[in-house]
Order: sequence, then C-alpha cells, then structure tokens
Amino acid sequence: MMTLDELYDEFDELEDWGDRCDFLIDLGFELPALPDAARTEQNRVHGCQSNVWLIAQLTETDPPVMEISADSDAMIVRGLIAVLLMAFSGNRVEDILKVDAQAVFARLGLTRHLSTARKNGLAGMVDRIRLLAARHADAGA
Amino acid sequence: MTDSSAPRAFDVEAVRSDFPIFDQRLSADLPLTYLDSGASAQKPRCVIDKEREVYERYYANAYRGVYRFGAQVDDEMESARARVGEFLGARSADEIVFTSGATMSINLVARCWGGRHLQTGDEVVLNAAEHHANLVPWQMVAEQRGARLRFIPLLEDGRLDMDGLDRLLGDRTRLVAVSGMANVLGTINPLAEIVDRAHQQGALVAVDGAQSVPHLATDVHNPDIDFLAFSGHKIFGPSGVGVLYGRGELLQEMDPFLGGGHMIAQVEQQASTWAEPPAKFEAGTPPIAQAIALGTAIDYVAALGWDAIQQHEHQLLSYAHQRLLEVPGMRIHGPAVEHKGAIVCFTMDDAHPEDLAQLLDRRGVFVRHGHHCAMPLHAWLGQAATVRASLSLYNTLADIDRLVDALQFARQKLRLN
Repeated sequence: MMTLDELYDEFDELEDWGDRCDFLIDLGFELPALPDAARTEQNRVHGCQSNVWLIAQLTETDPPVMEISADSDAMIVRGLIAVLLMAFSGNRVEDILKVDAQAVFARLGLTRHLSTARKNGLAGMVDRIRLLAARHADAGA
Repeated sequence: MTDSSAPRAFDVEAVRSDFPIFDQRLSADLPLTYLDSGASAQKPRCVIDKEREVYERYYANAYRGVYRFGAQVDDEMESARARVGEFLGARSADEIVFTSGATMSINLVARCWGGRHLQTGDEVVLNAAEHHANLVPWQMVAEQRGARLRFIPLLEDGRLDMDGLDRLLGDRTRLVAVSGMANVLGTINPLAEIVDRAHQQGALVAVDGAQSVPHLATDVHNPDIDFLAFSGHKIFGPSGVGVLYGRGELLQEMDPFLGGGHMIAQVEQQASTWAEPPAKFEAGTPPIAQAIALGTAIDYVAALGWDAIQQHEHQLLSYAHQRLLEVPGMRIHGPAVEHKGAIVCFTMDDAHPEDLAQLLDRRGVFVRHGHHCAMPLHAWLGQAATVRASLSLYNTLADIDRLVDALQFARQKLRLN
C-alpha cells in the first residue's frame, strides 16, 4: 500500500478535482474487498450515506500494530477509505489515537469537495477507528 | 392572470432568461444542468427583485406599526395572502396561514388539529410513499393521543392501492394525510377519489402539496380538501416561507400552535385569549419579505399558465424516460409517465447513487441522491438509496441529453462499459 507521503506527492501532481476524484476511484478499485462475513450490522459505521463496514485487529508482532480493513458499496467512498487506511492502519494504537484525519483531508485539498454528509460519514469512520484503538489500548494496558 | 382561451405560447428559452442563475456557465465548456427543483426551485428575477424592493424601500415589521412603512408592509403581506388564497381557490384569505414551510404547516395540523381531536384508538391513514414531513408529525401526535397510524398499501408501480384504502377506512378513521404528488416517485395521487371516500366516512383529508402545488393546478374546492400545506421555495418563491390552507371552520376550532406576539386577542398575567385565524397561528415576526415575494412567485406561475407548464413538463418527462432507458443497467422506479409529475427516480445496476451524484456533478448535472426523506419508501423499494432527477418549467430537452451523457461518463469512470 502507498504511504501517506507518496499520496501527498501524487495529489500535488494532479491539477483539479476531476483528476483527484479519478485517483480516488482508482484507489477505490484497488482496495481489497471485505469478506461478506465481515459485513455485519455490528461492523457497520453509521452516519454514512452509503454502507461502510470497518474492522480492526492487533498483529502479534512486537510491538503490536492495528491493521484496519474497511469497505463500502460506493466507489468514491472506497477511495476515501483507502486514504484513511494510509493514515491510520498498521500503526501502534497510541499513534493511531494521535492522527489528525482532518489535517490529512485538508492537505489533500479534499475538504472543499466533500459534502457535509460525506464529512459526517468520514468523521463516523474516524470515530470508529479511534473507538477500536482505544478499546485495544485498554485491553493491552 | 392568463386567459385560458388564448394561452401564451410556452417559450422555454424566454422562461430561462427570467432566472438569473441560468446566465452562468460552470466553466467555459460546462453548462449548468439543474435537476433538483423537487428539493428547491430556482428563483425568477421578479421574485428576487420583489424581496430586494421590500428591504430597500419600505421594510418594517408586519402588523405592528401605523407609520407608513408598517402600513405598506401590512398591505403587501395581505395582498400576497389574498393572491395565494385565490391561487388555491380558497373562499377567504383568512384561510391562508403563513408558516416557515410545508414541514411547519403539517406539524401545525398534526399538533393543533390532531392534538385536540384525536382520541385513543382513532386512526390516521397514511402511506409508505410519504415524505418524512408527512409521517413523523403524525407519529408524534399519534403517540401522544393513543391514536393509530394505518398505511394504504402501494401497488407494484408505487401508486396507491385504492381498494386497500377502502379496506382501511372505517369508523375510527379521523384523517387521511396524503401528498398531492409523491416526492420520490412523482406519483400523482387521486385526490378526488381519496377525498370522496374519506369524507363519506366522516374523515378529513390533509394534503401535502409540497411537490404538487408547483406542478399541478390546485383548487381546494375541487376536490374539497380540508388542509393543504406547501413550501414557498419549491414554487420559485423565497426559502423560509410556506403556506397552510385550512378550511375556515377547522382553523377556528383548532388550538393555537406557537404562543407569542400577534396570535393573541387579550393577555393577562394568568391567561390569554386568541386572535382569529390566520393570526392565531402566526405568532412572532413572520417571514415578511419572503411572504410578500411568494405572492410574486405565485403571480409568475399563474401568468405562465398551468396548461403550458404541464404540457412542457410532460414532454420533458416523457423524453427523460425514453432517453434514460437507453443507458445500460437503468431502472426507473415508480409509475408510468401518465401517472406522475416531473420526477424521475432511478438506480443503475452496479453503481451506487452516491457515486452517480458525485460523478454527475463533474459534468455540471445536479441531481439528488439518498433516501430523499422517505426511508419507509426506500425500504419498500428494497433500495438503500436512489437518484432523483426532478424537472421544472425551466428545464430543456438539452438538460435531459446532458443527464444521459453524464450517466455515460459515470459508467465509464466506474468501469461499467
């Protein structure tokens, strides 16, 4: 998976919203699908206009990191999920809790092109990631 | 006012030139294609000018001052009220209550009529295609009063099952709340038959006219509607103003809605008495410039004439159906063109409505996606979301062509071709 810095570089090369939107769609197509078994009500993130499911698990490495997987039935949302995973997934829970997702989307110049509903949806995903990270942090403490 | 024997030929380009928003292009090669008038309509210059005139020349609070601006505002408000009344065929301007919009109008009926007249076990008849604004207020009052909500079943194409209505109507039916035109599927409901059957049972009929009043001629005495709600902003008027029509004797016996200034006759420390309708339901400062400019919007529609508007919109709708069905995977939801107003609700196989709306925007085509404040309808459709293109008198056949082109663009981006 691409790192956040690589994504910033890619986005800086893109001229306008249309190109960035196309890039998000490309990311969406590349995002691995979540197995049907994970598409449960419990894993569903509310506040999104499209369906979003999100799961996370700690690796058995030392130190353990939190691997996040998510999926949606909307392709642009899948692209946004891919961005979130670059920002959050594969990090230690204490680092995950420090990520400023809003700054990531602002840096990508996406804030202006996302509707309020979509921002709420993204906030819902970020809240879920934080909740899962906090739970893992508590369990580990 | 139009002379129906000699209707002015409908010239859509002339109509468009009345709407300043269409003077622009989104960019050099991107025209504006506005297909969301069902959510809110654009404003003709005369409405914008009227609102500006109020603020620039004689603005003051309404129904308060004897000074000349106050008096002029009162005259303009009452003139607008009278024209709205005339437009709806009301017997008296006193049957026209200015509200903030259709939502407030329906809440007013549910609370002030339902709160007083519904008893435990009484029934209110609705249907699954209603906008939340014509469902949730009834849920609230039904819970409070111990009343029961019944739902007219829908036929396969989304129209009301009128035999199902007959089975629901009974001794306990107190009111049927129904839209004149459904906000997602565009279904034009058979109000004359509904009123006839409901009145035979002694039940009232409250019509949510938010979608129908901007598209269809409305006469509250043909058929005899008891309540009618609509929003100013959907009929080319300002946002923030709406109308409740209520039959005079019903408004008389209802409780007030909000308490405050203007709605009272006499106020003492412990109790108050109420003003006569419509003042009884207009507590506080009303939407002044908005109500006045709504009168101008109504004049604008009346001058174009219903025959011309309906002929134009029907042509658009037929063309939209024909062209959209050329798009692979297209599913149009709802009844055939002859049973509906200027709305096309659709989904496309393997494409999420949210992606479609976002990609259409990139081609300058503005449509709404989601559940359109009608979650029970979407449960019935078995769709979490749909796309809605809603047409109006300023749309053109070229708008439809751009919608279809934009859908092909979306298919390409979503790798569906």
